[in-house]
Amino acid sequence: MSLLTPFKRASGLGSTSDGVKHWWMQRMTAVALVPLTLWVAFAVASHVGADYATVAAWFAKPFTTTMLTLFVFTAFFHASQGLTVVIEDYIHHDGVKVTALVAMKLVLVLLGTSSILSVLRVAFAG
Amino acid sequence: MKNTQNRPMSPHLQIYKPQITSVLSILHRGTGIVLAVGTLLVTYWLSALAGGVETFNAANAILGSFLGKVVLFGWTWALFYHLSNGIRHLMWDTGFGFDLPTVYLSGKIVVGASFVLTVLLWIVA
Repeated sequence: MSLLTPFKRASGLGSTSDGVKHWWMQRMTAVALVPLTLWVAFAVASHVGADYATVAAWFAKPFTTTMLTLFVFTAFFHASQGLTVVIEDYIHHDGVKVTALVAMKLVLVLLGTSSILSVLRVAFAG
Repeated sequence: MKNTQNRPMSPHLQIYKPQITSVLSILHRGTGIVLAVGTLLVTYWLSALAGGVETFNAANAILGSFLGKVVLFGWTWALFYHLSNGIRHLMWDTGFGFDLPTVYLSGKIVVGASFVLTVLLWIVA
């Protein structure tokens, strides 16, 4: 039985890993997502009900392709960073935590890659 | 000394009266999780489009159904709430707006903005 409080045991040991970079990148992606999200949300909304050819032609415009690709990449990156904090906050068993983190990241990489390739496929192949 | 190991490490949410500060904070994380799960919808719609006319029309029929619209409406509100409150967080990160009157005011503005943006989007759609 240790007489030390959890705080005393942790204090003075220094940083555990790369918290500052995580924090900073979460803010960087947040700042980028403000204009990206507003543009994508309203641009997609204005194409609701449009047929395939119209939407495909819209995707093929260079500005649309750029904005959608940037949005998907940044949004999935931001989601991964947010879920990392959530998992670290609530899952305290090391094995379960690492498994959840790895699984979450791999799933988001899969979904993000698939989304970006879909955007590019429509943009370049129609 | 035995008790030091069992001391509460974080606030007991269930004994606090809900306040705009705590409720908005919880909503920020809640909507963040919802949006992360909602990336499935983004991938679904984009792959349906990449699949061609038939899969695109099928996806639009599902998303355009009553249930689809309810989910999308909730999703857009979550998106705009997280966006608006995210800007509030970025403001806090620069060190501004921490006094209580400003925290309450910015909180009310965020809630208002989330509904205004949601309604605006559905007017456009």
